[in-house]
Amino acid sequence: MKKKENLTALIFLTPALIGFSIFLIFPVIFSLLLSFFEWDLVSGWGGLNFVGIKHFIDMWSIPEFINSLRNNFIYSGVTVPMTMILGFIFAVILNSKVYLKGILRLIYFLPYVANIVAISAVWQALYHPTRGPINQFLYSLGMNNPPRWLADPNYALTAIMIMTIWLGTGYCMIIYMAALNGIPERLYEAAKIDGANRIQSLIKITIPMVSHATFFLLVTRLIWSFLVFGPINIMTQGGPAQSTTVLVFHIYRRAFRFRQLGYGSAVTWIMFLIILSITIFQWRKRESLVNYKQ
Amino acid sequence: MIKLKGIIKKIEVKPLILTSILLFFGLILLLPFAWMFSASFKPELEIFSFPVNWIPENIMIENYTDILFHATSPFYIYIKNSIIISLGAVLGILFVSSTAGYAFAKLEFWGKNLLFLTFLATLMIPHHVTLIPRFILFRFLGIFDTLWAVIFPNMFNVLGIFLMRQFFMGVPEELSESAKIDGANHYQIFWKIVLPLAKPALISLTILSFVWSWNDYINPLVFLTSRRLYPITLGIQTFLEMDMVRYRYVMAGASIAIIPIIIVFLVAQKYFIKGVVTSGLKG
Repeated sequence: MKKKENLTALIFLTPALIGFSIFLIFPVIFSLLLSFFEWDLVSGWGGLNFVGIKHFIDMWSIPEFINSLRNNFIYSGVTVPMTMILGFIFAVILNSKVYLKGILRLIYFLPYVANIVAISAVWQALYHPTRGPINQFLYSLGMNNPPRWLADPNYALTAIMIMTIWLGTGYCMIIYMAALNGIPERLYEAAKIDGANRIQSLIKITIPMVSHATFFLLVTRLIWSFLVFGPINIMTQGGPAQSTTVLVFHIYRRAFRFRQLGYGSAVTWIMFLIILSITIFQWRKRESLVNYKQ
Repeated sequence: MIKLKGIIKKIEVKPLILTSILLFFGLILLLPFAWMFSASFKPELEIFSFPVNWIPENIMIENYTDILFHATSPFYIYIKNSIIISLGAVLGILFVSSTAGYAFAKLEFWGKNLLFLTFLATLMIPHHVTLIPRFILFRFLGIFDTLWAVIFPNMFNVLGIFLMRQFFMGVPEELSESAKIDGANHYQIFWKIVLPLAKPALISLTILSFVWSWNDYINPLVFLTSRRLYPITLGIQTFLEMDMVRYRYVMAGASIAIIPIIIVFLVAQKYFIKGVVTSGLKG
């Protein structure tokens, strides 16, 4: 058995340990405790008011919370599959013989790495109901009443979802491309010998072989999409008519605008539980899929 | 779409068609950026003209100089802050991740697996959970409304540790072993042997954390209240929140935010993508 090097390890780990204890572990615990209190910070320590599970009960009767939940589910339910499917398609095409691969990869990936504030600002201008290029383009096609996008409760969320799909496809594509790289050529060759056409080999070989990437993307993109905040805070402030309010925005507003730090903490934990449940559900499903294969 | 491709089985033509299709969609994908960049050089009245005049007749560089030294919202300050934040975050995360990653990869110690699992578990918790407590903690520590409040969160990122650990685990034991036989201790092995070998991973981590911290929006939003400390992300927002929104300024600011990222990406694409993939597909 390898000799233990505890002291050396401690020294190497000190920066990380200090940092994570102060900035991660402590806040997490504190946040959990805080969710059972009411506090606005300005009243000092005396303002700490124990309320038990009041927040966890109250939140379900708060319209903004319920609307946030609904919007989050719609948002994630649409954008995650769309970006994954599109990303997969582009990855497959880009993986075959094409020219300018490097440039194409850059082009598709760029929206993902660009600044979310910058992107939101640009799309806000693009979506301008009367002057924006998008509607100008639709007018020119003959549409008399194009959607008013961010100004319309029925379209605002859709507008943000479109932007998100534009953003996220590149990332999925990159991940899928890496996964596709790992598939041995001989599998395809063997399939061709057996008479399989392109679509069959796609379904029977490609898709199963990238299943680990699919799973990874499903889990991480879902989590990530549940945490959406930037575009909402910049473009719509949760409106119009709460049609774009999401959980993080609700938390942000309640905690930092209305100074309801306890309630805000409680909602973050509910959000965490939702994300955790979805993730566990996905893990379970993956287990059963794998077993079935064997 | 693939079915159609199958019909046109010619070998040279197919890649050409695929390339063209991808280019076409790719350019559509880039349209918002092109529009943004072109608008940043236009006078206000021309920005929303349609059909879009992609190359303005009068290239207004004044838009950029105007916002750089703007009376109420000087952009050069925001740029300076973003640079400081990113620099601090990158140096910090390199230091923290490489030391911790080395410990996990090359050392045996009590509680190793438990600690690693703890770090792994924190990945499950969205950092938003820490926003409110950090809001309180930073006031207590006296770093609220200072740049440290944005640097520290970006410095301690578990993914950085994972990335370095992953890489270090790939460094052959024989190297450390032979160095140990020569009498080297772990600090020397780390500094002189393993770390220099880790250049690719360090570069990837540098790029990734630079992009994360440069693009950071929610941390500055929550922890900074003084405008003179705003990074570019908040700076752009100030222009959006003005009573009279001047889109030429907004677009100029947005361009300034995005150009460095484009440059970094162009120059170090390989490392960038490798970093993204490794931090993800660790299996």
